[in-house]
Amino acid sequence: MTNTSPATKADTAKLEEESRNATKARLIEFWYYFSQNKGAVLGLVIFVLLVLMAVFAPLIAPHDPDVQYRDSFLVPPVWQDGGKAAFLLGTDAVGRDILSRLIFGARFSLFIGVVVVSIALVGGIVLGLVAGYTRGAVDTFIMRVMDIILAFPSLLLALVLVAILGPGLINAMIAIAIVLQPHFVRLTRAAVLSERSRDYVVAAKVAGAGHMRLMFKTILPNCLAPLIVQATLSFSNAILDAAALGFLGMGAQPPTPEWGTMLAEAREFILRAWWVVTFPGFAILITVLAINLVGDGLRDALDPKLKRS
Amino acid sequence: MSDDVILKVRDLYRTYDIKGGMFKKASTLTAVKGVNLDVERGTTLAVVGESGCGKSTLARMLTMIDAQTSGSIEIDGLSMDISKTGISKEMRQKVQIVFQNPYGSLNPRQKIGHVLEEPLLLNTDMPAAERRDLALQMLEKVGLQLEHYGRYPHMFSGGQRQRIAIARAIMMKPKLLVLDEPVSALDLSVQAQILNLLADLQEEMGLTYVFISHDLSVVRYIADKVMVMYFGEVVEYGTRDEVFGNPKHDYTKTLFAATPQADVESIRKRLAAKAA
Amino acid sequence: MSLLEIRNLKVEFDTAKGPFKALDGVDYTVDAGEVLAIVGESGSGKSVAMLATMGLLPDTATITADKMDFEGLDLRTLSAKARRKVIGKDISMIFQEPIASLNPCFTVGFQLGETLKVHTDLKGKQIKDRIVELMTSVGIPDPGGRLNAFPHQMSGGQCQRVMIAMAIACEPKLLIADEPTTALDVTIQKQILDLLVQLQQDSGMGLIMITHDMGVVAETADRVIVQYKGRKMEEAGVLDLFENPQNPYTKALLSALPENATGDRLPTVSDYAEAGGF
Repeated sequence: MTNTSPATKADTAKLEEESRNATKARLIEFWYYFSQNKGAVLGLVIFVLLVLMAVFAPLIAPHDPDVQYRDSFLVPPVWQDGGKAAFLLGTDAVGRDILSRLIFGARFSLFIGVVVVSIALVGGIVLGLVAGYTRGAVDTFIMRVMDIILAFPSLLLALVLVAILGPGLINAMIAIAIVLQPHFVRLTRAAVLSERSRDYVVAAKVAGAGHMRLMFKTILPNCLAPLIVQATLSFSNAILDAAALGFLGMGAQPPTPEWGTMLAEAREFILRAWWVVTFPGFAILITVLAINLVGDGLRDALDPKLKRS
Repeated sequence: MSDDVILKVRDLYRTYDIKGGMFKKASTLTAVKGVNLDVERGTTLAVVGESGCGKSTLARMLTMIDAQTSGSIEIDGLSMDISKTGISKEMRQKVQIVFQNPYGSLNPRQKIGHVLEEPLLLNTDMPAAERRDLALQMLEKVGLQLEHYGRYPHMFSGGQRQRIAIARAIMMKPKLLVLDEPVSALDLSVQAQILNLLADLQEEMGLTYVFISHDLSVVRYIADKVMVMYFGEVVEYGTRDEVFGNPKHDYTKTLFAATPQADVESIRKRLAAKAA
Repeated sequence: MSLLEIRNLKVEFDTAKGPFKALDGVDYTVDAGEVLAIVGESGSGKSVAMLATMGLLPDTATITADKMDFEGLDLRTLSAKARRKVIGKDISMIFQEPIASLNPCFTVGFQLGETLKVHTDLKGKQIKDRIVELMTSVGIPDPGGRLNAFPHQMSGGQCQRVMIAMAIACEPKLLIADEPTTALDVTIQKQILDLLVQLQQDSGMGLIMITHDMGVVAETADRVIVQYKGRKMEEAGVLDLFENPQNPYTKALLSALPENATGDRLPTVSDYAEAGGF
C-alpha cells in the first residue's frame, strides 16, 4: 500500500462518473419495473397531460372560465341538437363554458393534492419516526391520538374542522391533511419498527451516529418506499375529499371552477342538463383513476418483495 | 506471548427482564453468567457456542451496543461501563464490530464511500477530501477497486460486502475488533478469502480479534485461544491446542463429536459401516 | 432403471438485465437406495435443478430438458394435476428454514394430518395413529402431546423433524433435502443428518442432499455432483472425490476447507481458477 493519495486528479473525475452511473443504474432499474405495469404507464401519461393542462390552462382554454355568455344558458355539448361549436362540452346555468372551467379546475385539484399530501406527509413522517424510534410513552401517546382521529368518519371530521376554521379552499385542505395524517404516521412507524433493529442501524450507532442522524439519515430513506405509494394514493383521496367538501359547500366557494364546487352548483339541473354534472364527474374519475394506477405501478417498482423473480 | 492484555473482562453478567403478562409472572433471563477473559494484544480469541449460548450478547456488550448488568470490561486500559459514563469518542476508537450478515449490515441507500466515511465524519473534524482519501485507501487495503467508492451495496456480492463491513470497522483504527460470525453467511471459497484478509489485517495493523463462531473448523484455523460457552456460562477456556487436544467439559466433547468430518479416513469408516 | 433420470437440463430466468442461465445442460441420475449429494456455492444452480423437477419454479423460468423421467414417467409432459399426484407422494422435499416451512396458524398434528388426507386413504383414527407413528419415527419425544403444539412452540430442530415426518408420510420413493441443516446448530445438525440417513437406509428410498457444506457431503453421500455456475464440474463416488479430486474446481473447494489448511494462508478458489481455467 502506498502512502500517497490514491485519488489523483484524473481519478476524481472517474470516481464521480462512476458514482453518477450507480445512481443512474438505480433509476433505470426502477423504470424497468415500473414500465412492466402497463396500467401504471397509462396512468402516468394521463397524469402528465393533466399537469400540462393545468400549467398551460390560459393558453388551452377556449374561453375565460368566469365569463358568462348571456345568450347561451345550458347549451348542450356540440354533438347534441342545439349544440354550439364554440362550446365543445356545453355551458352551465349561467352560460360559462364547461370545458374551460374543467381545464382551469385541474389547477385547483392538483394544487389541493400537492398541498394536502405535503402537509400530511411531513407531519406523518416526523410523528411516525419519533413514535417508532423512541417507543415507550411517547409512542403510546402519539398512536392513541392517531387512533382517535381514525375513529371519526373521515369526511365528517373534515366537515367539523371546516366548520371550526370557516369554509374556504385553504381551510378545507388543512382539514383533509389532518384527516389523512394518521395513515402516514402508522405507515412510517411500522416501517421504522422493522428497520430500527437491523444491523446497519446498529452499525451506524456503533460508528457514533446520534439520534437525529439515525432517524433521518439512516432509517428514514429506507422507509420511503411504502410512503411514496401511500402519498400517491392519498393524492387522489385528497382530490376526492376536496370535491366532496366543495359539493357540500364547505370547500372552494363559487365561482371558483373547482370540480366539486361545479358539481354542487349543477345539482338542480341533473335531470334537465346531464352534461353539467357528468363532465366534472368524469374529470374527477379520470384523474383519481390515473393517479391510483401510478400508485400501483410505484408499489410494483418499489416493493422489494414483488421485485425478485 | 507477553502479558500485554488488551481486553480484560471480569465477572460479566447480563440479564434481561421478561415482562409479565396477564397470565405470566415477570421473570429475568440471564444471557451471560459471570464471564472472565483476557486477550493479549495482537491475538485472536474465538468464542464458540450454539444459538442462545450468549455469545452474541457478549459481543454486543464488548462493542458497547448494550450495557452490562454487572461486571467490568477494560479495553486497552480504558474501563467501559456505558450505563454509568456513557460512550466517549475515545471509547469508540478502541473497539468496533463486524456483523454476520453482510446483506443486513450495510445501509441499502448509502453509497460505499459514505459508508466508509461515516465513522470519520462523526468522530473527527477531518476535511472531506482527507476523509475521501482515507476511504479510498481503505478500499484498496481490503481488496476492492477504487471505482467501487460510488456504488450502492446491492451491486456487490456477499464476500465483497463483508470486505466493506470490515473496512468500515477499521476506518477508525480500533485496537480491538469483534467479529460476530463474519464468515458463516459466506460461500466456502469466499470464506477463505475473508479469513485471509483478516489474517493480513491483523498482522499489518496489530489488531486483536474476538472471533465469534459456531464453526469449529474455522475456529481451529484462526484462533490462538478458545472459549466455549453453553447457556451463558464459560465451560471451557484455554489455548487452541489445549481445547482441541484435550477437551474437558462434556459439552465441548459433544460439540467436537457432532462436527462433520471431511477427511478421507472418516468417509472410509462410514462407508464400511454402511456396507456391513 | 434409475429412479430419477434427467438429461441436459437447462433453466433460464428472465430478469431486468436480460435472460440469466441458471443451469446449462446438466445430467442427473439417482437410483433407489442411493444418497446423491449435489454440492456447490450460491449461484451454482444446485437448488434450481430440483425445484425444476418438482415444478416449483416461478413463471419467469424457462425449463428445457432432453429427458426428465421419474420411474419411467415423463415429468415434462405431465399435466399439473397428474404432477401433483406424483409430487408430494412419490417425490417429496424438505427445505432449509424449518420454522418458515410450517404454517404458523395450525398445530403440527393438523398439518401432518392434511398431508395424509390428501395423499392417502386413511381416515379419522387411522390418521391420528399414523401421525403418532411418524412423529415417533423421526424422534420427537412425547409425540402424543406434541401433536397439539404450534410451530413457534418448538425448536428449529424439532420443526425440521416435523418437516421430515411430513415428507416421509406417504413413503416417498425419492426425498430431496435442500440444505436441511444449514439453519441449525452443529449438534442438532448431526442428529438430523443421522436421522435422514437412517430413514433412507430403512426405507430404501433415494435421497438427494443439496448442500454447500463439504462436511455434510462427507457424512452422508454415496455419490457427489459438484456444480459451479450452472454447470457440472465433477461427478464421483464420495471417497474418490475426497481422495482424488479430478476437477480443478473441486480441488480448490476442498483445499479451501480450513481443516485442510497447511500453511499460513488458505488457498482460495480464484487462485485455482487462473490455473484451472474455469
